[in-house]
Amino acid sequence: MKKVFLIIEREYLSRVKKKSFLILTFLVPSLFIAMYAAVFFIYKSEGESKKEFLVLDESGLFKNEFKNSETTTFKYADGDYASNKSKIKNEKDLLLLYIPKDYASSNDIEILSAKKPGFSLLNDVEKQMENIIENKKLIAAGIDTAVLKNSKTQININAKQLTDEGEKDSNIGATYVVGFISSFLIYLSLFIYGAQVMRGVIEEKTNRIVEVIVSSVKPFQLMLGKILGIGAVGLTQFLLWIILSSTISIAAGKFLTPDQQTVTTEKVDTKASTTNTNPNKTQESPAIKFINAANTINFPYIIGSFLFYFIGGYLIYSALFAAVGSAVDNETETQQFMFPITLPLIFTFIVGMNVIINNPDGPLAFWLSMIPLTSPIAMMIRIPFGVPAWELILSIVLLIAGFVFTTWIASRIYRVGILMYGKKVTYKELAKWFFYKE
Amino acid sequence: MLSIKNIVKEYAKHRALDDVSLEIEKGKIFGLLGPNGAGKTSLIRIINQITAPDSGEVYFNGEKLNPEHINKIGYLPEERGLYKKMEIGEQMLYLAQLKGLSKADAIKRIKYWFEKMEMQTWWKKKVEDLSKGMQQKVQFVATVLHDPELIILDEPFSGFDPVNAEIIKDEILELNKKGTTIIFSTHRMESVEQLCHHIALIHKSHKILDGSIKEIKNAYRNETYKIQYEGILNLSQHSNFEVVEESVKDELQEITIKLHEGIKTNDVLLELIPKVQIKHVEEVIPSINEIFIQKVTALN
Repeated sequence: MKKVFLIIEREYLSRVKKKSFLILTFLVPSLFIAMYAAVFFIYKSEGESKKEFLVLDESGLFKNEFKNSETTTFKYADGDYASNKSKIKNEKDLLLLYIPKDYASSNDIEILSAKKPGFSLLNDVEKQMENIIENKKLIAAGIDTAVLKNSKTQININAKQLTDEGEKDSNIGATYVVGFISSFLIYLSLFIYGAQVMRGVIEEKTNRIVEVIVSSVKPFQLMLGKILGIGAVGLTQFLLWIILSSTISIAAGKFLTPDQQTVTTEKVDTKASTTNTNPNKTQESPAIKFINAANTINFPYIIGSFLFYFIGGYLIYSALFAAVGSAVDNETETQQFMFPITLPLIFTFIVGMNVIINNPDGPLAFWLSMIPLTSPIAMMIRIPFGVPAWELILSIVLLIAGFVFTTWIASRIYRVGILMYGKKVTYKELAKWFFYKE
Repeated sequence: MLSIKNIVKEYAKHRALDDVSLEIEKGKIFGLLGPNGAGKTSLIRIINQITAPDSGEVYFNGEKLNPEHINKIGYLPEERGLYKKMEIGEQMLYLAQLKGLSKADAIKRIKYWFEKMEMQTWWKKKVEDLSKGMQQKVQFVATVLHDPELIILDEPFSGFDPVNAEIIKDEILELNKKGTTIIFSTHRMESVEQLCHHIALIHKSHKILDGSIKEIKNAYRNETYKIQYEGILNLSQHSNFEVVEESVKDELQEITIKLHEGIKTNDVLLELIPKVQIKHVEEVIPSINEIFIQKVTALN
């Protein structure tokens, strides 16, 4: 046991000390910060300043048709293109919308501004123009727009989850995102760390150090030490990510909240003055919505199951990867054996993203979250939606049994494989190795 | 020290070792000789407990081979290597600890050997920065670091340049003098012939010969002598011997003769001295290689 610990220590330290580990560890949370910052600044820049459009409409079709919103107002300008253009120069919040006479045929509608307009602003203007033209065409065709307006119905489903604590707002979007991200992370990390195990085994084999090592420890101990050592590297990385990311999000949350409040009051003010909107319905920005939804998710539970399914899945797949590494002489030969190992991973991920996520309690979701080779990914998609306790326990038990079984098979192949050189190995050969006596 | 009793080891298609028994005495240098693929490495792997025999037993100091013996054996495999990106000192520390040394002891032993082999400056170097010869030295140190009672060296001198081979040879002899038992395994029989006290020949999974070098050579000498002389000798007129070969070497006549039964060298010399000027007489003792070939042809 002391020897296994020595092997774990070497495998762990030799990887954690590498520069690439440090870079990756800090890169991911930095991306997280960047994402937060991007959401924040997009939101802030759009929420803060009100834009005014000068509409220079040569076609005459759009006169007094644009609707003002909280953040954009429209004014209709006279004069020619050049004089209006000079008006907006050096104006941060003044934009010129130029619609030429023959806009339909030439497609020459322009928005001119001193600052690049935001995407949603453009989108808003485009939508409005489309609506205006559509309405005009409908009227021209003799259809009453009032009738049309009445026929339009908007449906908003409020998804509420029935739990022991009573009804709880469940945000399908956030659940979906959490399921997606956590299963994707498992999928990715099984590949990354599994491949590291395989490469480590191949390295020892091609370096020929393996025979020196197995004259000191049993091949199984070497395999186990390597798997556990690299697994510990993976866990360290995840834990660092979780710690760094949560620190950042708490900090970012503190930084964001007061700002949001000022913006919201500002909005209410404008609403009060325009009076055409329902004052009870405060409009939330997507960022706040997401943060609120994220708050409804039970993160300790998700993170706990994530770590368990990562460890379980990793132990299963890394044992298989180790067996593959032991059977070949170099990495290019691994292709033929990699396929059947990666197949269940890829299959589950694709099925998961298309079927399980839309029907997390269906039969396919159930079975894939029970089979040990597929359960780490399938279960992680389902967990944010809520899984009955007995299913979770059964899945965990099967996963543990699964990795004990695969490790046993893999170690029997491994012990023979690491000492075999210069042989093109077939599946038949692997089966034979399995049945070799000690 | 090591008793190997009726070992049989089978792989999928062939029998690598067939009823092989050996007795290796403490403090001796033992040569395990035989061509490639004879089964030497299979036997060594069994002694190192990398694999287990299908039947038969191995005793180490009278005890049945068990995991506790692993730390008492040092093994230099034929295919050797080290972690390329790991520092030498760290790597030695790792290998020594895997052999059961405590960290403090390991550091002491490494320092001792690094000094002895003039490698003190290598501690922080990586294997990939060393030359092949230097790597071999490191590998040798890794084998003996834990002060094993038995050292097994598989093809020890392949890959060594002559200078380093000599250094390693001296170290091995010194260790042997201190009481360490050594097993050489090689197919280049001439390379270890002078070093070994005792040899065993393995051929096609069988042990075909086993004994001390002296005994074996005595058993295989067959009253053959080489004589160099000046003068003219009528080779058909003699009764004591039979000429096996004749040639001219360094302007001297040279004949290889086989004595008839009951005849001593002095009888031959008495016969020849009146006729020619004798310059050199030498007994022809077969090399282990020749004995091996003889034995194999005899078996076939």
